[in-house]
Amino acid sequence: MDPFVESVRTAFALIAQADARLLKIVALSLGVSGTACLLASGLGLCAGAALAVARFPGRRGMLVLLNTLLALPSVVVGLVIYLLLSRSGPLGSWGLLFTPGAMVIAQTVLVVPVVAALTREAVESSWLQNGEQLRSLGAGRWTSGLLLLWDERMAVLTVLLAAFGRAVSEVGAVMIVGGNIDGYTRVMTTSIALETSKGDLPLALALGVVLLGVVGVLNAIIALVRAWAARVHGEGGTPGGLLRTEARMGTANG
Amino acid sequence: MAEAGALDMRKAGPGTRKDPERSATAGRAAVSMIALEGVALYYGAHAALRDIDLRIAPGERVAFVGANGSGKSTLLRVLHGLLSPSAGVRRVAVPHGKPLRMAMLFQRPFLLRLSVQANLRLALWLGGWRGVAARERCRLALQRVGLATEAQRPARALSGGQQQRLALARAWALQPDVLLLDEPTASLDPSAKREVEQLLAEFAEQGTTLLMASHNFGQVKRLAQRVVYLEHGRILADAPLAEFFGGAVAPEARLFLKGELPW
Repeated sequence: MDPFVESVRTAFALIAQADARLLKIVALSLGVSGTACLLASGLGLCAGAALAVARFPGRRGMLVLLNTLLALPSVVVGLVIYLLLSRSGPLGSWGLLFTPGAMVIAQTVLVVPVVAALTREAVESSWLQNGEQLRSLGAGRWTSGLLLLWDERMAVLTVLLAAFGRAVSEVGAVMIVGGNIDGYTRVMTTSIALETSKGDLPLALALGVVLLGVVGVLNAIIALVRAWAARVHGEGGTPGGLLRTEARMGTANG
Repeated sequence: MAEAGALDMRKAGPGTRKDPERSATAGRAAVSMIALEGVALYYGAHAALRDIDLRIAPGERVAFVGANGSGKSTLLRVLHGLLSPSAGVRRVAVPHGKPLRMAMLFQRPFLLRLSVQANLRLALWLGGWRGVAARERCRLALQRVGLATEAQRPARALSGGQQQRLALARAWALQPDVLLLDEPTASLDPSAKREVEQLLAEFAEQGTTLLMASHNFGQVKRLAQRVVYLEHGRILADAPLAEFFGGAVAPEARLFLKGELPW
């Protein structure tokens, strides 16, 4: 039988049998990326909303820096976190290198700029259009930022889902700071890289299928959210900033 | 340099807001609610407003008219305090020692992606209303504009006229001393226009000061007592309604009326 067909058949068998090794890798991937996104959303949403409504000297430079960080290479993040967490580094005493904790930190650093920059864009667009009316009602700058963050929640949700997509599909940073230790820090992307280099294509393919499935589910969620928003708010299905945000994410993940 | 100031309105007495039909000229001569003195506003090199001297008396109903880009909307924003003048002074009265309450109605009201009721409650919360008082105020406001049955609907699913009525409910609930209107019916159909105008007339009957920018002379005649004509950011005419439409005004304003009145 063709080795490719055989590999695909074995990969689907692994998925169908809920192979323990496969499940462990998938669970760790989702856990690490989910935690990183949670932390990143806490930081990124606040920073993005604040940057959208604040006006201060140097803001323009900060926005350029933030937008540059959208394309931050994951291996560079991995390297910097590695240097910080290595035994001789400033945070070496934490003992986090080659642990899932280090992987969470690396992915958080990677995803915060994505959440902050795209949130800033969605909120600022609404602020420029509607900030005056909110001020007319008596809302201050920060209150307006938070209200608009809530008002743009559909766009923000899309940002968060896309950020999760970026975190779960990156390989460089987690490989460097996690060390790809079997059963401990091995996640889907690092496994795929390793198994492919070893020639164990069925497991690599099975993980690839699961990874695609995760991304597919995320996209389905985005589509459902959009349809729900259209139905509830009667606005033709495109909450403010959504299309623009998605376009930017295409650049960020490219 | 712009300078904030305060006018003491205590002399106006408690009856002032109950006297909406007082003469416009008398209002200007007596106590002012808002006063602009030598106000100018620049966007870069472009002067959006120049040499503006204006006094608004309590309970007055003033319409600002002029061609597009004449500075009507900018003037409303300066009166409201949303824009700070580049030069001149804006003074606002402090009636009975409390800050003047102002609300503004825009051509396209911004409503959050929340229910009708939640939008109103949010405005009340921003205005300092809390608890049972806020709930009751919200209920009354929705009743007043005929949206009580729509309380749970998403605000953005309402029709244009209903959205403007909700914005009016929001303004009414806040009990403003001054209501500023920036072409509030420009994007509405005739029936929605009538509904909104009716509500505005009720506002005015309560003694609320109405300041409106409008292109609609019919509406100006129905709602205003005094008309201010602007051209290129300058006030060229400021007269009581009858006098303005009677033609006893600056030649530029007469030309403007001549060009517009046929519709």
